[in-house]
Amino acid sequence: MSALHPDTETLPPRERKILTMYLISTLVLFLTLMTFGLLMRLAQGTWLTLPPTLFYQLMTAHGAGMVGTMSLGASAVMWFFLRKYVPLNTSIFLANYVLFMLGAVLLLSAVFLGHYAGAWTFLYPLPAKSMGVWSAGAAALFMAGYLVIGVGFLLFYLDAIRAMIRVYGSLGRSLGVQWLFGGTIDKSHPTTVVASTMVVIVNSLGILGGAVVLVLSLINVYDPEMVLNALFAKNLIYFFGHVFINLTIYMAVIGVYELLPRYTGRPWGMSRPFLWAWFASTLMVLTVYPHHLLMDYAMPRWMAITGQIVSYTSGLPVFLVTAYGALTNIHRSGLRWRVPVALMILSMFGWAAGIVPAIIDGTISVNRVMHNTLWVPGHFHFYLLLGVLPMVLAFMYHLIGARTDQADTSGDRLGVAAFMLGGLTFVFMFLAGGHASVPRRWAVHEAGWVPLDQVAAVGAVVVISAMVWFTVRICRGLLHRPVAAAPSPGG
Amino acid sequence: MSFQDKIWFTTLVGIAIVALGFLYVISQSGRPAAEPSAVQARAYGLRRWLFLVLIILGIEAMWATLHPFPIAPQRGPAGAPEVVEVTGHQWAWQLDDTPIHAGTPVEFAVTSADVNHGFGLYDDTDRLLVQTQAMPGVTNRLVYTFDRPGHYRILCLEYCGLAHHGMIRKFDVLPALESQP
Repeated sequence: MSALHPDTETLPPRERKILTMYLISTLVLFLTLMTFGLLMRLAQGTWLTLPPTLFYQLMTAHGAGMVGTMSLGASAVMWFFLRKYVPLNTSIFLANYVLFMLGAVLLLSAVFLGHYAGAWTFLYPLPAKSMGVWSAGAAALFMAGYLVIGVGFLLFYLDAIRAMIRVYGSLGRSLGVQWLFGGTIDKSHPTTVVASTMVVIVNSLGILGGAVVLVLSLINVYDPEMVLNALFAKNLIYFFGHVFINLTIYMAVIGVYELLPRYTGRPWGMSRPFLWAWFASTLMVLTVYPHHLLMDYAMPRWMAITGQIVSYTSGLPVFLVTAYGALTNIHRSGLRWRVPVALMILSMFGWAAGIVPAIIDGTISVNRVMHNTLWVPGHFHFYLLLGVLPMVLAFMYHLIGARTDQADTSGDRLGVAAFMLGGLTFVFMFLAGGHASVPRRWAVHEAGWVPLDQVAAVGAVVVISAMVWFTVRICRGLLHRPVAAAPSPGG
Repeated sequence: MSFQDKIWFTTLVGIAIVALGFLYVISQSGRPAAEPSAVQARAYGLRRWLFLVLIILGIEAMWATLHPFPIAPQRGPAGAPEVVEVTGHQWAWQLDDTPIHAGTPVEFAVTSADVNHGFGLYDDTDRLLVQTQAMPGVTNRLVYTFDRPGHYRILCLEYCGLAHHGMIRKFDVLPALESQP
């Protein structure tokens, strides 16, 4: 096989089928959930009439579904590369998929059959206090769906922890802690293992935090006498929520570390700044969540200050190690632009640029006028829609390169351009909405806000059109049998 | 220029700098370097300076935005001359009848009777002035001084169920009190 698709990445038939299920499900779910998002923007833009009940159901399904689907697709990226270095259990990877799908059925049933519309954040005590809009059973079904999905991911992470400890002796050694302050770094230590170690440590803790508050909220739904401290519950929810969605980026970026050097012909070697970046990110992703609670004035002041400081510092590894490293890797490399490369560089831009409004919003005085306005979906769509999703798509496009001998088509190139331009239009309209103080999560918008919604809807249509193309192309490619030879880097 | 305008401008400049960096590298990516290791060594040398610049900028920004601390002390009343008790309900705001005057610090003692709400103060140009969360079992004390009398609104900024978008309350701010002798 070629340098682009080494033999170590050739999957046995069972693994290939499971990975294909992950990836096709991810694409279909993305398309469906993007359509939900478009419907919401059309309704806010007065081009579509949606009753508020349905709007908030779509909003809940879109939020919960996107967080889960990002994680599903990103975990496939992590599994694909990590299995080269440590022995992962395929049955557990399959179990994660089955539990995810079961959880998705529970979530969608809760929303569209049970009319649950408590948002993906299930902010206590809203699930139990719907004013008659949904039942306790629907709220319980939604939270049970989360728990089932969480169990699946936790199994996947525990298996990865087991496998990495087996090979490297401890998670500290797989993270590269032994080289932080000195010593000769083993340059062959995989970037994938370092990143995966950070992911399994942080996300296991995040999921456990989420499980605690989900179980307590479930009890509260059926026994309202069992009252929680709302501020404590909110801390747990945002700890879990922030960690879980943030880690999708850190899983998906593994694909960039692995693949970009193959297209440029330059290694992305292990270095002390890289190790420090991932070590620091491990601590920062665990401690940054108070920036979601800056407007909870009753929180201890030191936590708010921590939230602001860590929001600032958590940008450094992204800017100076990952995005900067990617640019250094392609700079004057004689690169021939292929679709996977274009998507990877777009993802680096989406992540790095999206962090700018995020960091600014992590400033307490800014948060006072931007929190829970459209600024918030503006910045997270920036690094999810234009960051994580292109990372996952780049991986998929790369993968189908090993299964078909078809080069990039003009449709692919047009798709990337449309995805980028439509995506930028879409996210900038959110940010402009934040600048105009438009509240987020409003089913009905005031007249002055409507033009922004309408432009956003046009951007969403363009993005979805590109996504339809990607989905068809990638699904067809994934369903091909692998070919004997793959295209060369220049080809 | 409003505070939001400054935030918007800063954000656009920041994103533009990132975009220019990407565009420059992309424009050079097709040219093969004679010595790739030298290119990378120069890039990593520049990174040290960037790290230093970002650290200095971050420290300056933190100092500038945290002094004075933008949130009033929360242990007991903040000591503002006017105190308004605010309670969020699904889906209405309940305010006591304390008169609010321009130029006088007002403490909004904000809580909720049911679920989480977001207490967002908007002026008559629909600009968000300041906000805090309204939570059951918790009182958040927001101190704000209105610059001018007029009509203001409270909009809910935390999703609270079916009529979240209808949870709006209008109120008036009276002209400034005459200064005391």
